[in-house]
Amino acid sequence: MKIVLSWLNDIAPVGDDAVAVAAAMTRLGIQVEQIRRVGSTVDGVITAKVLRTERHPDAAKVHRVWVDAGDGTQRHVWCGAFNMAAGDVVPLATPGTEMPDGRVIEPRPILGIDSQGMLCSASELGLGDDHSGILILPADTPLGLAYGEALALQSEVVFDVDLTRNRPDCWGHLGVARDLGAHLGRLVALDRSGISPNGTAISASVDLVDGERCQRFTTLVLSGVVVQSSPDWMARRLGAAGMRPINNVVDVSNYVMLELNQPNHAYDLETLGGGGFRIRLAREGETITTLDGAVRSLTSDDLLICDANDVPIGIGGVMGGLDSEITDATTVVVLEAALFEQTAMTRTMNRIGVRSEASGRFERGVDPYGMPLAQRRFVELLRETCPDLVVHDGAIDARHESMPDEVRPVPTRVSQVNRILGTALDADAIAALLDPIGFTVVGRAGDALTVDLPSWRPDSTAEIDVIEEVARHYGYANLGQVVPNSTMHGRLSPRQERRRALRQVLLGHGLDEAITDSFFSRSELIAAGLSSDAIRITNPLVVGEDLLRPSMRAGMLKAIAFNESHRSFGVSLFEIGHVFPPGDRSGELPDEYEALAVAFSGQDARAAMALWRELVAAMGFGARVDQSLIPAGLHPTRSATLSVGRDAVGAVGEIHPEVSEAFGVSERVAWLELDLSRLLAAGPKIAQWKPTSRYPSTDFDLAFAAPESVPAEKIDKAIRQAAGALLVDLALFDIYRGEGVSSGSRSLAYRLRLQALDRTLTDAEVADVRTKIIAATTKLGVRLR
Amino acid sequence: MIEEVRHAHEAALEQVATALTLADLRAVDSEVLAKSGTLGSLKSRLGSLAIEHRKTVGQAINQAIEAVESAADERRRELSAAALQGRIAAERLDLTEITARPRRGHEHLAIQAWERLEDVFVGLGFQIAEGPELETDFYNFEALNMPRSHPARSGFDTLFTDYNEDGTVLLRTHTSPVQIRVMQTVEPPIYMIMPGRVFRRDTPDATHMPVFHQLEGLVIDRSITMAHLAGTIDAFTKAFFGGDFTSRLRPNYFPFTEPSAEFDIQRPDGTWIELGGCGMVHPNVLSAAGLDPEEWSGFAFGFGIDRMARERHGVDDIRDMYSNDVRFIKQF
Repeated sequence: MKIVLSWLNDIAPVGDDAVAVAAAMTRLGIQVEQIRRVGSTVDGVITAKVLRTERHPDAAKVHRVWVDAGDGTQRHVWCGAFNMAAGDVVPLATPGTEMPDGRVIEPRPILGIDSQGMLCSASELGLGDDHSGILILPADTPLGLAYGEALALQSEVVFDVDLTRNRPDCWGHLGVARDLGAHLGRLVALDRSGISPNGTAISASVDLVDGERCQRFTTLVLSGVVVQSSPDWMARRLGAAGMRPINNVVDVSNYVMLELNQPNHAYDLETLGGGGFRIRLAREGETITTLDGAVRSLTSDDLLICDANDVPIGIGGVMGGLDSEITDATTVVVLEAALFEQTAMTRTMNRIGVRSEASGRFERGVDPYGMPLAQRRFVELLRETCPDLVVHDGAIDARHESMPDEVRPVPTRVSQVNRILGTALDADAIAALLDPIGFTVVGRAGDALTVDLPSWRPDSTAEIDVIEEVARHYGYANLGQVVPNSTMHGRLSPRQERRRALRQVLLGHGLDEAITDSFFSRSELIAAGLSSDAIRITNPLVVGEDLLRPSMRAGMLKAIAFNESHRSFGVSLFEIGHVFPPGDRSGELPDEYEALAVAFSGQDARAAMALWRELVAAMGFGARVDQSLIPAGLHPTRSATLSVGRDAVGAVGEIHPEVSEAFGVSERVAWLELDLSRLLAAGPKIAQWKPTSRYPSTDFDLAFAAPESVPAEKIDKAIRQAAGALLVDLALFDIYRGEGVSSGSRSLAYRLRLQALDRTLTDAEVADVRTKIIAATTKLGVRLR
Repeated sequence: MIEEVRHAHEAALEQVATALTLADLRAVDSEVLAKSGTLGSLKSRLGSLAIEHRKTVGQAINQAIEAVESAADERRRELSAAALQGRIAAERLDLTEITARPRRGHEHLAIQAWERLEDVFVGLGFQIAEGPELETDFYNFEALNMPRSHPARSGFDTLFTDYNEDGTVLLRTHTSPVQIRVMQTVEPPIYMIMPGRVFRRDTPDATHMPVFHQLEGLVIDRSITMAHLAGTIDAFTKAFFGGDFTSRLRPNYFPFTEPSAEFDIQRPDGTWIELGGCGMVHPNVLSAAGLDPEEWSGFAFGFGIDRMARERHGVDDIRDMYSNDVRFIKQF
């Protein structure tokens, strides 16, 4: 919304200091995005006369224009608009000019021919929205002058404001001025009474057929209208507010809307069929050609404004029909101002996809009781150009019973205001804050106040809404800052602690943390060896990327490939995040769990296993490494499922070479994936002290020739079991395949350390352990070397 | 015999002085001082001397032995020191000749900010709640005072799923649904934050990502006021950014809080940054969660974790944070 400072000052004396006014608006919750000065001179833009124009055979969209800026030299510019002729005076932005939108004009050549500036449209000069052609100035405008000076233009300060949903009133200058006036102690004293007729009775009839959808429809007939241009001040303000001036009647209609947030429409009574209106729901498939020339097909949920002959002339609250405009010949107008039911009107607006100044206002909520004031302002403003304007008796005010009440009292407790805000305000202080903005305190009984809510704040309905108004006008900055004394004790949950411990282990392992994509195409999931039976986004941001990740594998591979493409190899990444498995779709919500994924590029499966072992030791994780169960997409001879009971809780190994290739990853990628919802669920085990021995230890090595079919893990387990409690350390320190070891076997060399807590071990004890180990391993088909 | 002692003494001192190694010195022990040595053996011959000479010669031998021992000790220290010095000199390293350094993992920038914020709030006496990323329409909107037709819903650019036919399962657009789940399951008083990943149908640009991180806070207790909200905002922003940052609230609108505010922080240089939204929990939201708004009051706030990280580290473009480019990751 564009708010014009001079307009505010017409309503309440808020002052000329734009920065101070903007700061006050921000304090009130009317957020000022930008302060602009429009309509004044742009330095470097001067008036120039068109000497001649010429097409260039190789340029279809631009032509060449020669102008004289009053100094007798011919200047050449390229121009994309064709609406000027020799003799026209136009604004010329000379090279180096900084335009209001921040663009700097440069002598940019086209087809090798320089342009010594740019001819400007009204919108390029910040003079409203008209960019349909170059601004043609009056023929007698002196040349070579700053164009603003030449035209004696006055500037306007405009605030671009971002309005919240609860302030529909601020879509009119009156709403902003009222709030500011109250805040600054410069009150708006507003007469909300309507207009008195001074002419004969002429009515424009209203037949409210579907009144639930149009709760109020008012008409007022005015004659003595002479259609002409608006006065400069009005055209300037409309332009500053972003609306193009058209003629005095349309301009006044728009002006009233921008001032009072009351959309309205002026019809030519002569051409209005039957001289009246009929408001009804459309028939399914009924069509209307709207103002913008589009043929709209309607549903039985859309509201039509028809003339008295039932011919559609507009879509209620959304847009007028093509033939509803007044013309230069119009002398008698019907001023219509109505109230449309918000939610249904919004449905129509969204269905048709048309958002107009009017429909946007109806969507947010207009004042159901603002019509009389709108009519009076319309008449006052139109009289400036039509002094003989006659206001006819016989105004119609059709209302439906569903119209909101004009008086809406809300019980408000002084104690509740203070309870929520932490203030110590009394009834008088609260009333002093509320009354100036139309929240009128009409009753007081001790703690209980009765506050009449203003009709222009349809968003306000309850005590808490009143409390918010008190807070706004008391000032958020005055509420103070108190840190509450928490009655909980601050801590991480056991699971959150475990997650942090896990992250520390991963970071300590040298892994970098990634956050990879969430959405994938079907083909990407298939390429990663994942199920494409994933949760689907029905309105994806990117067409085709509509599947929610069932695993982080595809995202991690994309990240590795991205890094490879920037010549970063050997990248090791981990991610902790939610994934969404297909599931059986039976619960209220889809399955979803927290997972860990680790990818080591340039490393083989042993890197993943080493990390898994580290996590087992550090986190107390436990699972069976089942190399007989290979997860899809992983390397068939270098991967395993991590199982607990019958459930898979993860996978370890390497990415399948085909999968890597599909993602453009050239390196080998070791892979570990864990279901953290399972593995972090167990509470943290707090490490318990074990005594360390004061007696000497004995070390010895054992090397076995073990068939490839016997996993090292089994030998490991057999050694531990056979050695019993005396074994304090066991390490596989050498693996050898080749000469001296029969093919189909490999040599595994272990170093063992034996130690007792209470004595020095004798040679006999050590020999006994050694014998037991050899006996146990021999049973596995493993031979001591 | 005195003459013999003198000769042996001199010879031994000469041997000590010319010893080049510790082994040479050990030879002095066996060749001179031992019973069979040049000086040691003289002792055994004392008995053959006349009684009146014994004392004098004995003293002379003892003095000679002491002198040789002392000279040998001195020489031993010299040789040890020289040996150590030689070794140290030979072991010289150029410490800047480094071929590889240990790899250190880097935590994601958003997660660094996330954990830092958690720590700040734990310090303020808060606990941390989490919830699902796929949510029902009820938790994401309805329970937050945004029924089906509420116009504010259009501001959320929600991503919907095909989970069930009526489109009621969506990717949460904020972590507010966790607030509702907390209010339904935890008896007040509640002092909790809800960090998490959220989703919007936003085209990525320098300041937006469709997937980003948010932290919301919820306090419900008896006699919680808006001053407590302002105090909490000020406390955590100071703890995160530094004591020379200040904060302010200014009116805004959210369907689930009233009064609502936007909170800004001011850098030491006086410039303002818009950080997030907050407000007093709307009575309808309390009621929907089964809490009596006459007994309990509270506040809620929310902001982008990524935004905090960007502000702290001067990251201009949020897309860099999600590129997973190690050249970015390793900077932090």
